[in-house]
Amino acid sequence: MKIISLDPRISRISELPGQDETVIVDHQEGWITYEVFHQKKTGTQHTHVGIVHAPNAEMAIIFAKESFARRGATSNIWVVKSEDVTALDYTDSDIFDTTAEKTYRDASFYKTRDKIDQLKGNEGHE
Amino acid sequence: MSNPEYYNAVKELLYKMADDELIMGHRNSEWTGIGPVLEEDIAFGSMAQDKVGHAYNFYQLLHEMGEADPDIIAFQREEKKFKCCHLVELPIGEYDFSLVRHFLFDHAEYLRFEMLSNSTFEPLANLAKKYKGEIKYHVFHANTWIKQLMNGSEESKARIQPSFNELFATAYSIFEPGPFEDTLAREGVFAGETVLQSKWEETVSSICSANGIILAQVNDKSLAYGGRKGYHTEYLSPLLNEMTEVLRSEPGAIW
Repeated sequence: MKIISLDPRISRISELPGQDETVIVDHQEGWITYEVFHQKKTGTQHTHVGIVHAPNAEMAIIFAKESFARRGATSNIWVVKSEDVTALDYTDSDIFDTTAEKTYRDASFYKTRDKIDQLKGNEGHE
Repeated sequence: MSNPEYYNAVKELLYKMADDELIMGHRNSEWTGIGPVLEEDIAFGSMAQDKVGHAYNFYQLLHEMGEADPDIIAFQREEKKFKCCHLVELPIGEYDFSLVRHFLFDHAEYLRFEMLSNSTFEPLANLAKKYKGEIKYHVFHANTWIKQLMNGSEESKARIQPSFNELFATAYSIFEPGPFEDTLAREGVFAGETVLQSKWEETVSSICSANGIILAQVNDKSLAYGGRKGYHTEYLSPLLNEMTEVLRSEPGAIW
């Protein structure tokens, strides 16, 4: 048997197929995966918090509210179909590599950091 | 304010609202762990908790008016003293049944709280305003499901319509008038069950017709009355037994 999904809604025990059969998941039988973005306060950024499965965006909002926003402050929620997210392949992650001598490009390179910390009274930093 | 009839009227109103919330919350919590999908299981359980929370705050208000402690009111009253309506007592059935009940009950609750947010009895008006957002979500959840299922498969339609057939007449049990309707209206506490009922009929029928649901003509709206007077269906007693089982196993235990 070929396992189509670990999702119990798709591979159900009572529907286990025979040895060589393949389970075909019909359209809409497996719901759509939505990425959930949570915003704590109006004006702040939405932060990715996880996923929900739902038949459409409206239902995804309904589920996301209780799954990700029932504790703590929430101002808004976005849901986006996972399939609409474009990402790089991990084998291309090397495009992010940078050479050691280019630290002048980093904000951390600048010496003013110490003065800012000093002004903030943050004595933990040297 | 020292008028005893005024206080009795407010207490009567609080008791029936609180009991509806407690029993509805308990019923809906029975879906915890066996909901149709994980996300819905969480949503339905969370809303059930909201309802029990509302009940607690109403019982607390009653306590401040001289009634017993909320825990005593909730768990140590005899069945006859409960004022919940028949709609909330019915067993959960299949999920379509519970969803349709949730739709019918929560629309009434939403409209009731909207009316109460202008109540002259300030503590109640404050609670009604505080819960507005929660109940708005409950109604949003119910509407979305009904729309989803009525625009879904043949099976989903074939499940939703019969649940309406089964529940619609019983839903009128929510609006069974109490003995203090006139006092409540005169004092500006609550405009009354009749007003609420017509608002509810308007909302429910417009959503239903938009989604192709046929609502039966209910000739005798008092068919399921009795709950507000302490006469309950055969389903309430087993529910109370289950709800108080742990408490009764060790009376007076400190948690």
